Amino acid sequence: MTPGLLRWLIPLSAVPVLALLAYGFRVNPRDIPSPLVGRPASAFALQTLEGAPLALEAQRGKVVVLNFWASWCYPACYEEAPVLERNWRAYRDRGVVVIGVDIQDKLEAAQKFTRDFGLSFPNARDTTGKVSVDYGVYGVPETFFIDRRGRIRAKHVGAVTDEAFRLNVEKLLSETTG
Amino acid sequence: MRARAPLVGLALALVLAAGAAAQARRVAEQQMHDVAAQLRCVVCQNLSVADSPSEMASQMRAIVRERLEAGEAPEQVVQYFVERYGEWILLSPRRHGFNLLVWVMPAVAVVVGFTLVGLVLVRWTRRGAAAGPVPPTPVDAAMRERIRREIEP
Repeated sequence: MTPGLLRWLIPLSAVPVLALLAYGFRVNPRDIPSPLVGRPASAFALQTLEGAPLALEAQRGKVVVLNFWASWCYPACYEEAPVLERNWRAYRDRGVVVIGVDIQDKLEAAQKFTRDFGLSFPNARDTTGKVSVDYGVYGVPETFFIDRRGRIRAKHVGAVTDEAFRLNVEKLLSETTG
Repeated sequence: MRARAPLVGLALALVLAAGAAAQARRVAEQQMHDVAAQLRCVVCQNLSVADSPSEMASQMRAIVRERLEAGEAPEQVVQYFVERYGEWILLSPRRHGFNLLVWVMPAVAVVVGFTLVGLVLVRWTRRGAAAGPVPPTPVDAAMRERIRREIEP
């Protein structure tokens, strides 16, 4: 090896490493693509905070907004609770249902949360964590938009905004049932 | 004496069976731990499901145990989690495709590093040998005088 080549080889070998780092540091580590988008939503049968049965299957034919939350999830869950309630009221007559799933929580705290925000859509408790794992939930809040055929079409991580709710729901409503 | 033999046999069988059951439970515990240790605790930073004290991890351990007890192989249980969370859930990336880079790069870096150091060392020793011994720096009278002043009390 000639000394000239050697002189260039050392800085050149750093280029791919730097490129890899440049790519790695620009990617948000919290932004994890869900493998579930496009796949059928897992069925579940839970109980609401009031003890009534709540099954996803019963909502087939409707656009379902499935929201995972917890009363200790401050501030994101506190920010999105009024958004969910407001949009649920706006869309409930157009074949949209909002379902809340409370995870890793205490019943009393969860009941206080729904009372404080005056939530009128059904909220269930995932006491075993099985539904959370079935949906690949890694934090709260996470929201899944499920189409009329029962397929997960979008996943929203973090507090849902009016815009995100409307965009996703309108898109799924505009589709004809296949 | 003869009447007691069946009783002794029964007792022995019971003890053996209990031992086998305990052994089976221990194996299941170890298996559960082995699977959980491969999975990333989703609510933690850099902790496995086996090591995390969080409620989410303990629920995931319960799911792992339940699936193993239902007769699933450890790989099937891991796959169950991968299907829901993606390969992100695995603490060590699988050895295929782009991931191979992670496994190969350290070895490549070490080999390249040693090679470069070797080449540089060879060049330095050659250059040193070609130049021959370094002639001593001449010391003039003024320097000699200064050294004498500094070392004498």
